[in-house]
Amino acid sequence: MATAGTTERDLRLDLFRGIALWLIFLDHIPSNAVSWITIRNYGFSDATEIFVFISGYTAAFVYGRAMREHGFLIGSARVLKRAWQIYIAHIFLFAIYLAEIGYVSQTFENPLYTEEMGILSFLQHPDVTVLQAMLLKFKPVNMDVLPLYIILLAGFAPVLWVLIRAPTMALGGSTLLYILMWEFEWNIPAYPEGYWVFNPFAWQLLFVFGGWCALGGAQRLTRWIHSKVTLAAAIVYLLFAFSIAMTWYIPRLAVYVPKIVADVIYPIDKTNLDVLRIAHFLSLAVIVLWLVPRDAQWLKSPICWPAIVCGQHSLETFCLSVFLSFAGHFIFTEISDRIWMQIAVSAAGIAIMVGTAWLLSWYKQVERRGRGPRPPAQMPSLAGGKA
Amino acid sequence: MKAWGLAVFALMMGATAVCAELPSECAVAEHLVGPDFGLPRVATAIAQKKLTVLVVGAGSSTLPGAVAKAYPDRLQAALVETLPGVEVKVQADTKPGRTAQAAVKPLIADLASVRPAVVVWQTGTVDAMKSVDPDEFSAALDKGISAAHSADSDIVLLNAQYSPRTESIIALGQYIDHIRWVGLRHEIPVFDRYGIMKLWAELGTFDFVTHTKKLDMAEHVHDCIGRLLAELILKSAKEAPTQGAR
Repeated sequence: MATAGTTERDLRLDLFRGIALWLIFLDHIPSNAVSWITIRNYGFSDATEIFVFISGYTAAFVYGRAMREHGFLIGSARVLKRAWQIYIAHIFLFAIYLAEIGYVSQTFENPLYTEEMGILSFLQHPDVTVLQAMLLKFKPVNMDVLPLYIILLAGFAPVLWVLIRAPTMALGGSTLLYILMWEFEWNIPAYPEGYWVFNPFAWQLLFVFGGWCALGGAQRLTRWIHSKVTLAAAIVYLLFAFSIAMTWYIPRLAVYVPKIVADVIYPIDKTNLDVLRIAHFLSLAVIVLWLVPRDAQWLKSPICWPAIVCGQHSLETFCLSVFLSFAGHFIFTEISDRIWMQIAVSAAGIAIMVGTAWLLSWYKQVERRGRGPRPPAQMPSLAGGKA
Repeated sequence: MKAWGLAVFALMMGATAVCAELPSECAVAEHLVGPDFGLPRVATAIAQKKLTVLVVGAGSSTLPGAVAKAYPDRLQAALVETLPGVEVKVQADTKPGRTAQAAVKPLIADLASVRPAVVVWQTGTVDAMKSVDPDEFSAALDKGISAAHSADSDIVLLNAQYSPRTESIIALGQYIDHIRWVGLRHEIPVFDRYGIMKLWAELGTFDFVTHTKKLDMAEHVHDCIGRLLAELILKSAKEAPTQGAR
């Protein structure tokens, strides 16, 4: 993985962030048969872990450089500017969401779903709902990732400051917060009831760990990552997770899971980022690092390009994917939800994501050429993509 | 031993009868109703010719203005049909908007007053709508299941309805997972209403997206759910002797 001193872009980050965005898109279309291919069905963790980790990595990489070269204030300002952009994106998506459910409430009624339709009662108080959404307390389905990202970035500047000076201390502090969260059950309340689906006190750990890896931690881990023992442990753990996941679909197999094991592993907590999920993500990462060396030539081949280009424009692609998953669901309910339609919608959605990302990267190049060369410090995107 | 033998025999007859008489639109989902875990107290109750079932649930366990057409009553009809000579009584305690946590107290009270052989606990929808912490949701399920077992009742969990129109508004995923996991951990059957209804939607058996004020589709769905639920209970009871009571 890249270190603070390396300037060439680590394409693996873009590649896997792009793939994570595709998987999140597939998982976000409700009842999408194609989502059977996504990793969450075969183990404990899902694409969210990949996305949060890589986002932490690139945030530390890009803004860490800004902070080192221009000081704490400028670095912090850039981080906050990015958080603000994501906030605007979130509100934009919320507006689309409101339009969608407004439509559902106007056009659908069925006595079978009397209870479910009760959820629309919040439409009677749009003032409160909109305000709660702006406070990030009201978060519709599948719109939980951006608020998490916003709050992680909003608090990132001081963490980054410590990460640069004493990386191990920062990671230790982050782990301590994670442990305290479990001990005292900290989470942020949501509206109208309940708590954040992605508890930021828990998920910050992966984000900070990503940052720690970006600022030299990955290098320190090299010896561990490349040891055969670690690889073996990762493979064993993935197989274990896979066999547990199979009992979810074939409950009869559950008799082979000793009661003590079942008592220890369940429930596998997504909200609070269960340790089992972290371990699953780390195992996947270890295997990926074995399979894909940083200088692998095929990373530059046309096969990888669609995912890489999406990963390089992650915010835009992510927002588009949320919109596309709404649209996909709309097509399923209004037109057809037969299997061929689900496959077509999934494929078309990914094609639109790739096309848009390609357009963005083309436009960025045109703009850059028009303005002439600039010192690299002002172009953090050259180094590691936007955070 | 004799009682067991009788029970098994009665059940084999019963189960065959259920399989034979399932209307075709219900039967397409029959393979999703497997006897994964046993229900020993149901087996005993049938052998003693008196089966009492308690349904605890929220709004989706009833139909507005047509309680007799909702699945608890259909379950009773299906059980009566398949278990001739057994005194079958299904008692429902449902309340719209009830979370798992809110259901525990009435469940405990009902266990004492109704003394059912088996509880059917319909849950998940309201918790998802209110985004209750999934951990707390699981803990509430644990509490209810332990209460049922210590009151010497079997228990079956019944998950949320598949509702395509509200799918992008109500995030059921985590709650469906947690119900499944709780079921595995306690080794109790889970009636996968969500999976069954989703299959019906995919096969085009029922149309869950059309706008209507009429009850006919809803009644049909509840009838199938009642019949399939009866099948799950009877099949699982048949499994019972090998599984043993927990």
